[in-house]
Amino acid sequence: MRNIEFEKISQTVKTLCLEAAFELPEDVLDALKISAQKETNHKAANILEQLIENARIAKDERIPLCQDTGLAVVFLEQGADVHINPPSNDNNLTVLDAVNAGVQAGYEEGFLRKSVTSEPLDTRNNTGTNTPAIIHHSIVPGDKLKIDVMTKGGGCENKSAFKMFNPTAEKNEVIDWVIDVVKSAGADACPPFIVGVGMGGNFELSCLLSKKALLRKTGSLNKQKFYAKIEKEMLERINKLGIGPQGLGGDTTALACLIETAGCHIASLPVAVNIECHSHRHKTAVI
Amino acid sequence: MSEVKKLKTPLTEQDVLSLKAGDEVTLTGVVYTARDMAHKRLCEFIENAKPLPFPLEGAVIYYVGPTPAPPGRPIGAAGPTTSSRMDKFCPLLLSKGLKATVGKGYRTKPVIDALEKHKAVHLTAIGGAGALLSKYITDAEVIAFDDLGAEAVRQLKVVDFPAVVAYDTNGNSVYK
Repeated sequence: MRNIEFEKISQTVKTLCLEAAFELPEDVLDALKISAQKETNHKAANILEQLIENARIAKDERIPLCQDTGLAVVFLEQGADVHINPPSNDNNLTVLDAVNAGVQAGYEEGFLRKSVTSEPLDTRNNTGTNTPAIIHHSIVPGDKLKIDVMTKGGGCENKSAFKMFNPTAEKNEVIDWVIDVVKSAGADACPPFIVGVGMGGNFELSCLLSKKALLRKTGSLNKQKFYAKIEKEMLERINKLGIGPQGLGGDTTALACLIETAGCHIASLPVAVNIECHSHRHKTAVI
Repeated sequence: MSEVKKLKTPLTEQDVLSLKAGDEVTLTGVVYTARDMAHKRLCEFIENAKPLPFPLEGAVIYYVGPTPAPPGRPIGAAGPTTSSRMDKFCPLLLSKGLKATVGKGYRTKPVIDALEKHKAVHLTAIGGAGALLSKYITDAEVIAFDDLGAEAVRQLKVVDFPAVVAYDTNGNSVYK
């Protein structure tokens, strides 16, 4: 059994939140650069250049990439041989508390926007700490703790969608629906997008898969050829919609389309689309 | 390429009548920030005949909830939020003299009609370019609803703030 200190986890999460806010991941920046070069609409190319400039300013001057510094979505993969040492002042605190402590510290130190309410419909009071984070915890073999922090903006999350298909649905029905979801996200969700698609599982798992898909690099393909082919087809069709950067027209409506799958009930074919904006902020650390 | 039109706030009817969907513009002068909750309150103020925290005549409202200003800067990141969330409040504000709104994304028909009726425009700024756009803001001061934090109403001073006319006074849109 390997011991990891509570403080080490919160410190790491804090650093990841700060890096995410100020530094666009290399693969996303590269995708923007390639798109800017390929774009045939000069106004669209100009917007993409400004997004690249935005990333430079954010990194050099430590100004957040976007004013919506997001809801912190944290994926934890905890090795089965890892034990978390609680802090000396409270034995009851867990790895989840460590994550929230890190998020709170990062958002405070980095002058990031606190965008989390205590409840949804009644008071909607801001918690003032950007917590609680959304935390997905899983156990994996080994003695490491892997932490992925994705700081997800509200504008694009609002345009995400779920649909339960009949199990006999044709491949094209599913693809058409995904394209429709992207189309209705349009200018509102800050294109060019990263489109996360979750297929299979059940109601909640398909949604989780659509978010997990966003952890993959923009140029990557699904390991199964069948789905890799659909990813390529979807991306091609999305970029033919002509929505373009900011919805003002152009060839670049999405930078990537990423599918993750799971087996499902014989009666079901759940599909979820998680729309992510071009400011696709996520950082990873392994302790 | 068409020339960028330089606008100074507050705007006049003449200023906005000359604008066409797709025109590139810059804004210089005072603009006010307001998002969802601030809009709800501003409309309640109007309905209850309470004085507003800023004059609407010729005003520009920027839909933004900036990040906190770090030491030495007037404001943090400050890009536009989704405009359509303000659609149920916007027509009332337009009827009271608001001349332009700045946000990202589409507007619905009641707003497009109100823009035409009250002679006003909706501008779009680059969503997700919060660091870049903050460079055009030289001053920021909370003037109302401090309790709303990032969503408080701020008076911003902007210089050559870049935007595109998304909806003009004739009901035309830059979007397909």
